[in-house]
Amino acid sequence: MFAATALNRRSYRNQNVARAVFFLMTVALVIPVLIIVGTLVVRGGPALSWEFLFTAPRDNMTAGGILPALVGTIWLVVVALLASVPVGVAAALYLSEYAPDNLLTRTINLAIINLAGVPSIVHALFGVGAFVYFFRFGASILAASLTLAVMTLPVVIVATRESLQAVPQAFREACWNMGATRWQTIRKVVLPNSISGILTGVILEVSRTAGETAPIMFTGATAFVAFLPESVFDQTMAMSYHLYYIATQATDVPEQLTFGVALVLIAIVLAMNAVSIGFRVYLRGLKKW
Amino acid sequence: MDNGQRGDFAIETRGLNLWYGDFQALIDVDLEVKRGIITSMIGPSGCGKTTLLRTCNRIIERLGYVRTTGSVYVLGHDIFGDDVELVQVRKQVGMVFQRPNPLPISVRDNVLFGFRLHEARTRRVSAAEENEVLESSLRQVLLWDTVKDRLDKPATGLSLEEQQKLCIARLLPVKPEVLLMDEPCSALDPAGTEAVEEMIWQLRGDYTILIVTHNMAQARRASDECVFMLLGRIIEHGRTEELFLAPENSKTADYIEGRYG
Repeated sequence: MFAATALNRRSYRNQNVARAVFFLMTVALVIPVLIIVGTLVVRGGPALSWEFLFTAPRDNMTAGGILPALVGTIWLVVVALLASVPVGVAAALYLSEYAPDNLLTRTINLAIINLAGVPSIVHALFGVGAFVYFFRFGASILAASLTLAVMTLPVVIVATRESLQAVPQAFREACWNMGATRWQTIRKVVLPNSISGILTGVILEVSRTAGETAPIMFTGATAFVAFLPESVFDQTMAMSYHLYYIATQATDVPEQLTFGVALVLIAIVLAMNAVSIGFRVYLRGLKKW
Repeated sequence: MDNGQRGDFAIETRGLNLWYGDFQALIDVDLEVKRGIITSMIGPSGCGKTTLLRTCNRIIERLGYVRTTGSVYVLGHDIFGDDVELVQVRKQVGMVFQRPNPLPISVRDNVLFGFRLHEARTRRVSAAEENEVLESSLRQVLLWDTVKDRLDKPATGLSLEEQQKLCIARLLPVKPEVLLMDEPCSALDPAGTEAVEEMIWQLRGDYTILIVTHNMAQARRASDECVFMLLGRIIEHGRTEELFLAPENSKTADYIEGRYG
């Protein structure tokens, strides 16, 4: 009575085919990542040493380490964060907690989505025009970081707004009904319950900022400086630009060195992502609702 | 202007109309809620009970597409007046929701949240005074004995019944006159409902309570006066026992006998 009919069997066959296809697609997704990381580790791994991390390049980039690029990337990321996080979080707070649902708000939202879709080379040219020339920052860490900040602003805004909106509306109503103003509600209830999501978004942004090449190429990154940057008005080397340079512009660079730089760059990005994920898991464990 | 005369009622609406976009949810509502008693509002889903309740502390305005005409007087003062500060209205008129909504902080911080927001900003409040406020609020809602050992535990760990009592308790330290309750027992089991009803009855006299309910037995058991609403209008308003025993309007009779709902 309950035995499978021909129709049942055919359904099962189709279902198994579908599952197999989806599984293969998922595997296909992982393969490039494994190949990239594997290649980098195998071919760049031997280049890694304390000396590699803590000395400057020598002999026309064909030897030595990456210290100025590493330090430069840290400068760029930190200054970009200082610019984009306050602006992005404030904008997200306004959009999520204050803005009425009207034409202006919808236009702003559309603008943010579009800003996220602008190619990075366009941001780079904007940065040249706006920060290097118009504001007369010259090619400098400041100009490059501000360009990065403009580029990553949509990410910060969207991530922040999403974590703000994940806070249950009931919490806000509870506050308002006790006579709290919007700002009191934000400070005492909304922010404490969304800070983990906001921080996660910020860290993800950091990892993106660290890897970008185009926006800093014309605005502040330089192929070689012998000294470490001392202020935001200095030009600097950066990991991503250094990699681009030794891979395509410099001659006679040992292959091992190029892969080594790529390996360090990807390690930085992956480490930041890992920190971000770990952080989120930890904060979720603390969450009381 | 005529504040003195209007002061007889805790809540009074005159010709109140309310639209959600094009849909008119309240039609020419004249309601008079007497001070110090429990008034219940019954009626089928979508009849405007909750809308009317939410108009009384202007929380309804959070929705941008709401438009109102007419007036609402709370304790004799027009809450749509130009000089009205929303924060002051909400302090006087506390609201309890269908689902308990404790904040994800400790029981103590929940109860003292409004108190700290308003009182503790204007003067120094000692820890002893805070404890006093905490205990008296929790005692008023009959919750002190069950939670006194868990004051610093998260409020979200309490049972639903306890959470709902807590949500009422945390309104009390800012000394409201009116408590609005939107189906406060609908998320609770029968035992919890009974306990919360008993507690609401205890608050009677000290506060004016306006309670929306789907549960006619509850309206009958636990209110002094009852308002029956249908399709945005108030059909009948009278003493609860009279409204249930001898309704004047045939629509009221049909509803309480379960002919529609």
